[in-house]
Amino acid sequence: MTKTGAEIIWECLERLGVKVVFGYPGGAILPTYDAMTRYSVHHVLVRHEQGGTHMADGFARAGGGVGVAIATSGPGATNMVTGIATAMLDSSPIVCITGQVGSKLIGSDAFQETDITGITLPITKHNYLVTRAQDIAASLREAFHIAASGRPGPVLVDITKDAQNSSCEFDWDAAAPKVRRMEPVHFPKPDALERALALINEAQRPVILAGHGIILSGAMREAMQFSEKASIPVAETLLGLGGFPASHPLSLGMMGMHGEAWVNTAIQESDLLLAFGMRFDDRVTGNLKTYAPTAKKIHIEIDPAEINKNVRVDVPLIGDLREILQHLLPGVKATDRGAWLAYIDSLKTDSAVRDIQNLPDSGHLYAAHVIHDLWRATNGDAVVVTDVGQHQMWEAQYYHHEKPRTLITSGGLGTMGFALPAAIGAKFARPDAEVWVVAGDGGFQMTMPELATIVQEKIAIKIAIINNGYLGMVRQWQQFFYDGRYASTPIISPDFAKLAEAFGIQGMSVRTRAEVGPALEAARNNPGPALIDFHVEQEDSVYPMVPAGADLHNMIRRPSPLVEKGSDV
Amino acid sequence: MSDNEKLHTFVLYVENQPGVLNRVASLFRRRAYNIESLAVGHTERPGISRMTIVAGISEGAAHRVEANLYKLVNVLSVEDVTHVTTIGRSVALVKVEAPDEARHRLMEIARVFRARVVDLAPNSMIIEITGTEEKIRALEDLLRPFGILEMVRTGQVVMTRGVKRARARQGESLSADPGDSDVSHSV
Repeated sequence: MTKTGAEIIWECLERLGVKVVFGYPGGAILPTYDAMTRYSVHHVLVRHEQGGTHMADGFARAGGGVGVAIATSGPGATNMVTGIATAMLDSSPIVCITGQVGSKLIGSDAFQETDITGITLPITKHNYLVTRAQDIAASLREAFHIAASGRPGPVLVDITKDAQNSSCEFDWDAAAPKVRRMEPVHFPKPDALERALALINEAQRPVILAGHGIILSGAMREAMQFSEKASIPVAETLLGLGGFPASHPLSLGMMGMHGEAWVNTAIQESDLLLAFGMRFDDRVTGNLKTYAPTAKKIHIEIDPAEINKNVRVDVPLIGDLREILQHLLPGVKATDRGAWLAYIDSLKTDSAVRDIQNLPDSGHLYAAHVIHDLWRATNGDAVVVTDVGQHQMWEAQYYHHEKPRTLITSGGLGTMGFALPAAIGAKFARPDAEVWVVAGDGGFQMTMPELATIVQEKIAIKIAIINNGYLGMVRQWQQFFYDGRYASTPIISPDFAKLAEAFGIQGMSVRTRAEVGPALEAARNNPGPALIDFHVEQEDSVYPMVPAGADLHNMIRRPSPLVEKGSDV
Repeated sequence: MSDNEKLHTFVLYVENQPGVLNRVASLFRRRAYNIESLAVGHTERPGISRMTIVAGISEGAAHRVEANLYKLVNVLSVEDVTHVTTIGRSVALVKVEAPDEARHRLMEIARVFRARVVDLAPNSMIIEITGTEEKIRALEDLLRPFGILEMVRTGQVVMTRGVKRARARQGESLSADPGDSDVSHSV
């Protein structure tokens, strides 16, 4: 069966189960767009190719499949770079298809030519330059396989215009991904499992560090069984939130730079850390020299390159987390760790006293209140897509995620502007889910043209802007570490409510806590999209905070209410 | 090379395709490891090339470099042969000033080193030598007083001694830790 390269692209996407792609047309990808009309795949017209990649990313994270973004050559392709790097750092499986100038023009500085495979080499799991129609099917099939297998990540397929235009015989079966090498059997030997079990069963003060790997490997049930059987408390990384239910008695909450004091203290004082699919990022360890000094470490991780990268571990178990936990579980002894759990519990009291949620309403609107009310209003069931900055940390602290894939956020790269487009992708992956964007006034302005995409696609996304008139997290660092010199952090925003209305989206502004609940209800009752601009306390900071590079236990604590009365020590 | 870095030798089998060298080199570039020597050539297997890379890397990082190299899709196998008994050779051509009165001594030196004179011109000669890094360096030191006009060297090629082919069992020695046998791999 003879087909053009452009037809083969869509034929492959259909056969790979792709229902929706996020893209933007242009010269070098025009043949593919022309052929699109003959296929069933739904195309979402984005407003910027960066948005397209974040949508593909959000789609992948919310649904567990592979997200697809399409762009033309040159600027279309380079606009994808931030989204690709975001997916790379957070191990998100996306496939980016870019048009390329004709193969004879490559290297000639032709109009809209750029070396996108060269540019994306260090930020993709793999990429392809395809110059012949007969190579398209194999490249795409392999790209999907690579994106989703092992430690997932982005793959880019750059296809020249002549490859799209020319015809060849299409043979799906012949294009199956080749086994080019033996993959290491990612499974530890029995003696390693036994050594791990010995450490686990002997430990007095163990802590599980639950990472993104729990969600990626689908090990939620196994992690919970493990934790419950051995009575081991669970601290989560930012991307691990939702992998273990927040309401579970053994859940401690988020660890690291903005983790609660009791979580970080428990880690520092533990005698065994069980790292489940996490990579000891600097945001969770603080100063490596003083990190969990008395703890043995067991690292369960699918990527061998992560072992001993930041933290020296005692037992590395390389492989799929779920499989390894299944093998460990029978050997885990039911152990009473009541004293350790009670000790951690005793650490919480002090934090609770300092928590804004437990202070009397001062009449000011705090971001923490907004997040708390959103959590209550949605019963913790919404898919929340956050941007990057203070609001992201407050969301992680005050929205309690019970289920996997309900928090979607740019953790590794920290990409501002991620939330709105990623939420669009998430909504396509989970059309029945209530999807909320929680973004700051700064990050939202980076990608807000995608509001038009929401309207064009008629999807009901709800947006909460935590508006404090500052690039808040940077302002906080300036306050703490640069003597309060607010260099270029005050930021003017449009009237977001009016802006939303201009796009045809319901817009609301909220300035007091009393208005929060009704506004959330109005947004939730609206069958279409809605945006709420929450004007919150301007110079509020995220507490607690471990300054970058400081010891994990040396946190800047929440100001105690007693401090304000001058009676705290 | 900083203090805790030492020269590590990696042997890679890679697909013979455009861009593969760039992917491999980029991995070293990203971490600011200087490649001291690089040799690439065809192997006994069609479509597969073999690379020998020598780079200054700390001991701990070498295992991660190995693991990261193996993550490259076009890399079929990787082995850090630094601590394995190997035969290592490179080739050098040295063009040295050779007036009549010096020629005899130069040829004497070449003979001792089992090097060959491959070009003789009125005032210069080219000496070809094959050998270990040390041997080539020793010859270079001896020739320098005569006046080296030009010198070119290939990268080092390395082969492990005995029957075993480097990473004949692919994935075998890709372990997380030196001497750590906790990781098993398929054949």
